[in-house]
Amino acid sequence: MRKSLSNRGLLPGFGMTMGYTIIYLSLLVLIPLSVLFLKASTMSWEQFIGTIMDTRVLASIRVSIMTSFFAACLNAVFGVLVAWVLVRYQFAGKRIIDGIVDLPFALPTAVGGIALTSIYAENGWIGQYLAEWGIKVAYTPIGIWVALTFIGLPFVVRTVQPVLQDWDLQMEEAAATLGATRWNTFWRVILPHLLPAIITGFALAFARALGEYGSVVFISGNMPLKTEIVPLLIMTKLEQFDYAGATAIATVMLVISFVMLLFINYLQWKINKFDAAR
Amino acid sequence: MAAAMAGCSAAVPAETGKGAGGTTSTVELLNVSYDPTREFYQDINKEFASEWQQKTGQTVTIKQSHGGSGKQSRSVIDGLEADVVTLALAYDIDAIAGRGLIPADWQKKLSDNSSPYTSTIVFLVRKGNPKQIKDWDDLIKPGISVITPNPKTSGGARWNYLAAWGYALKTNGGDEAKAQEFVAQLFKNVPVLDSGARGSTTTFVERGIGDVLIAWENEAYLAVNELGKDKFEIVNPSLSILAEPPVTIVDKYADKHKTREVAEAYLQFLYTKKGQELAAKHYYRPRSQEVLQAHTPAFPDIQLFTIDELFGGWTKAQKTHFGDQGVFDQLYKP
Repeated sequence: MRKSLSNRGLLPGFGMTMGYTIIYLSLLVLIPLSVLFLKASTMSWEQFIGTIMDTRVLASIRVSIMTSFFAACLNAVFGVLVAWVLVRYQFAGKRIIDGIVDLPFALPTAVGGIALTSIYAENGWIGQYLAEWGIKVAYTPIGIWVALTFIGLPFVVRTVQPVLQDWDLQMEEAAATLGATRWNTFWRVILPHLLPAIITGFALAFARALGEYGSVVFISGNMPLKTEIVPLLIMTKLEQFDYAGATAIATVMLVISFVMLLFINYLQWKINKFDAAR
Repeated sequence: MAAAMAGCSAAVPAETGKGAGGTTSTVELLNVSYDPTREFYQDINKEFASEWQQKTGQTVTIKQSHGGSGKQSRSVIDGLEADVVTLALAYDIDAIAGRGLIPADWQKKLSDNSSPYTSTIVFLVRKGNPKQIKDWDDLIKPGISVITPNPKTSGGARWNYLAAWGYALKTNGGDEAKAQEFVAQLFKNVPVLDSGARGSTTTFVERGIGDVLIAWENEAYLAVNELGKDKFEIVNPSLSILAEPPVTIVDKYADKHKTREVAEAYLQFLYTKKGQELAAKHYYRPRSQEVLQAHTPAFPDIQLFTIDELFGGWTKAQKTHFGDQGVFDQLYKP
C-alpha cells in the first residue's frame, strides 16, 4: 500500500478498519445500488432518455427537489431554534420535548402522513382556519412541504445540539467585553461556529426528503404535473412491471442527490477551512 | 353462462388425487391476496379448515398476505412462495404467468374465468344526494367534484376508469374519440388522486372532500355500514363494468410444497354454497344464481359489460390505457 494513499498517522490498524469499512459499505450500499445501474442499463439509451425526459417525470423531479429544498430550509432555521432552547434553558418538561423531537423518526411515515392530512385538510382542525384565508395545504405542494418538514425535523436539531452543548461561554463573554451586542454576538460569533453542523443537518434533511414516499402520498393528492413526487412515479412504473423504467428514474434521482450531497460537503469543507484560518 | 356449475350446492372437488401430499397430519398454505379481501378470507379460512379437517383428518393452517394487488403480484414474482394467489385483476396474475410460475392458460382452469365472486363499480354520494348524481354523465358536469384513485397505482382505479369509458362508448355508439373526451372531462373534476382505493374512500369519507366517490361495490357498502347510514348512500349507475377478481394456484410453488391437493380444494371451496354465502356476506357478488337471488336487495340488477367485450382483455387494456404514454397519460398532457 502506498503511503500517499493512506496518509497514515501513528495510529495502527488502518488496513484492517478500512477493509471493514469497505466491506460494510459494499454489502449495504454499493452492491444494492450498483444493481440499480445494472437494471437501468438493460434499456437502450433512447429508451432511458425517453423515460427521463417525459413531461410528468420532469415535473415530478421539479416538485420533489423544490419541496425537499424548502422543507430542509425551514428545518435549518427552526431546528437551530429548537436546539438552542433545549441546550440553553432549564424548564419543566424539557426531557419530554427532547423526546418529542425524535418522534418523526420513530413513527411509520404513513401514520404521520395520515395525521397531517386529517389536520390540514379543509375540514381539519388547522385546515379550516387556513381555508378562511384562502390557503389550501392538503392536496397542494404546500402539503408536501409540510410532510417533508415533519420527517426532516430531527436532523438539524440533533446535529446542532451537541455543538451547542460543547460551546464555550467564554467566547460570548469575550465578545461582550469587546462591546458586541447580543445580536452581534449571535450573528458573528455563534452562528459561524454552528454553520458546519447546520449544513450537515440540512443535507441530511434534504436527502431524506427526496426519497420520502409514505407520508407524502396521503397529503399530496398525487395530481399529475402538479403534486406527483418522484418516488410515486417509481411506484407507478413498478405497478406496470416496468422495472427498467423504475430504475431509470431512481438512477437519475440517485445521481442528482449524490451531486447535491457532494456539493454540500464541499461547502462544509470550505467553511471549516475558513473557520480554521480565522 | 357458467353459472350452471357454481349453482350446485355440493362442491365439485377437483380430482382428489391420492398421490403426493395429504399424508402428513398438518399442512400449511399461503394465500397472497389484495387489500379489501382481508376479512372475507379470514372467514373462508376458518370454514375451509374445519371442513378439510373433517374430510381428511388433516389440520390446515392458511397464512394470508395482503397489500395492493400489483405489489402482491411483484412479491410472488420476486420469490414470495404463495400456494394460491387471489388478486384484483387478471393482469396481475398474467404477470406471474409471464415469469413461468403459472401456465399461460391459467384462467381456463377454474369455472367462471377463475373468478368465484365478482364485483362492480358504483357511486357513493353524501346523504340525500344533494348534487342529484344518478349516472355517469352527471360526473362530468361542471362543479361536480369526483374522487377516484390514480389508475397508474391502483387496480380499483383502473376498473373505475374502464367503467366510465365503457359507459361513454355505449352511449356514443362506440365512438372512441368521444369516450376519450368523456373520460378526460371526468378527470378534470377530480381534485385528488389517491394511490389506492382505501385512500380515496378515506379522502371522501373522513376529509369530506368531493361530491361523489367512484368505488368498488363492496368498499361502498363498507363505508355505508361502518361509517353510518345517515351520512352516505349508494347510487347505482345505469351501466357498469363486471369486475372479476381471479384466483389460481401457483403451480410451481404448490408442487414444490406438495400442497397441490389442498390448494385446489381451497379454491374449489370458494365455489361451494358456503363459500358463495361468505362472499355475499362481504358484499362480493356471488357467481351462484341461487345465492345471488337470496341477497338480491344488496345486489341490485345493474347492466354490466366485461373487459373482454369492450377492451379485448386486460393485457390490451393495460397497454392502451395505463401504460406509459397510454391514453391516461394523454389526458394529462399540458
